[in-house]
Amino acid sequence: MAIEVRIPTILRNYTDGRKSVEGSGTTLDELFTDLDTRHAGLRDRVVDNGELRRFVNVYLNDEDVRFLEGISTKLTDGDNVTILPAVAGGAR
Amino acid sequence: MRYDSPLAAVGNTPLVRLPRLSPSDEVSVWAKLEDRNPTGSVKDRPALYMIEKAEADGLLTPGCTILEPTSGNTGISLAMAARLKGYRMVCVMPENTSAERRELLAMWGATIISSPAAGGSNTAVRVAKEIAAEHPDWVMLYQYGNAANPGAHYATTGPEILADLPTITHFVAGLGTTGTLMGVGRFLREKVPGVTIVAAEPRYDDVVYGLRNLDEGFVPELYDESVLTTRYSVGSEDAVRRTRELLAEEGVFAGISTGAALHAALGVAAKAARAGERADIVFVVADGGWKYLSTGIYTAESTEAAVAALHGQLWA
Repeated sequence: MAIEVRIPTILRNYTDGRKSVEGSGTTLDELFTDLDTRHAGLRDRVVDNGELRRFVNVYLNDEDVRFLEGISTKLTDGDNVTILPAVAGGAR
Repeated sequence: MRYDSPLAAVGNTPLVRLPRLSPSDEVSVWAKLEDRNPTGSVKDRPALYMIEKAEADGLLTPGCTILEPTSGNTGISLAMAARLKGYRMVCVMPENTSAERRELLAMWGATIISSPAAGGSNTAVRVAKEIAAEHPDWVMLYQYGNAANPGAHYATTGPEILADLPTITHFVAGLGTTGTLMGVGRFLREKVPGVTIVAAEPRYDDVVYGLRNLDEGFVPELYDESVLTTRYSVGSEDAVRRTRELLAEEGVFAGISTGAALHAALGVAAKAARAGERADIVFVVADGGWKYLSTGIYTAESTEAAVAALHGQLWA
């Protein structure tokens, strides 16, 4: 199942500078685990203790996953995931 | 419709169904045409409410100077009302906003103080607060924290939408000061059980200098997350693409932040259609495209060319 993941500039050192990569999984959690097999270290920058890191925003088809099911949000083939860093206070 | 003065003609804007962009007969997308207000934007509503509240409170008296951080529309609305009511208007605006906005503000007699592009509206707010401290006699209405801003939408925009479309299921608007979403959102939540309130937030990607995410760090005092059901983050490319689609498909000539709201509206429309649910989705056309003509996005050959044309400019 192919899901396009857009990578922010600050994390492109894990993707050889690529702006977007493909991954698979039925949830965000599975997707980040899958991505980590090819882009070692990426998952740790986004996930902490099984939850999304506080200063990272993740969007599924542009919708903020904190308003969906967080890291358990379900994915479907063809979905777009966007990772963006949030500045301090941005998630207030 | 007859009114006793131009200022009295704020509001009562049309709500139109978009037959080509609506996914089906069961899932309809409706546009609330706020560009039909006296100065051409939704901001006429909060501007007039904030001024009249300050007058009622005795804060604003004849000859006063009004100071406001604004990326354009609120300043234009305040400047028009200030001219008609006899106040002086000073706007603090990021330096990378379109030439049309500056021209309109000057036309209404406002003084413009430019704030640095870096930090966007965030920096404009900080600069305005510094200026306010130097001029204690000036009145800063401060749209980001003034309860009369959502108050205007609670009292007018919300009731108008519900009267025109009692079957409304979703309300979508841009997330700037948060006034529209907080005001309409609270009103609809009281009247329509289960209504979905959707914020469309601008995302500048790598386009606007080094601004990315700096704007996101600023949370207006008015913001109350519990009013929202969900939040969409819309990049420049999608905002521009939808602005052009709205024009090509439905003949609605709107500003670029409206494209972002439409993108979120079509996102929730697609979800409703997939789930087999009926939906009446209202989104706000915050202003017309006039002030953004110089960006070239409406006549560019392709979305890619239009996005390139927009490079470096704030659009929401």
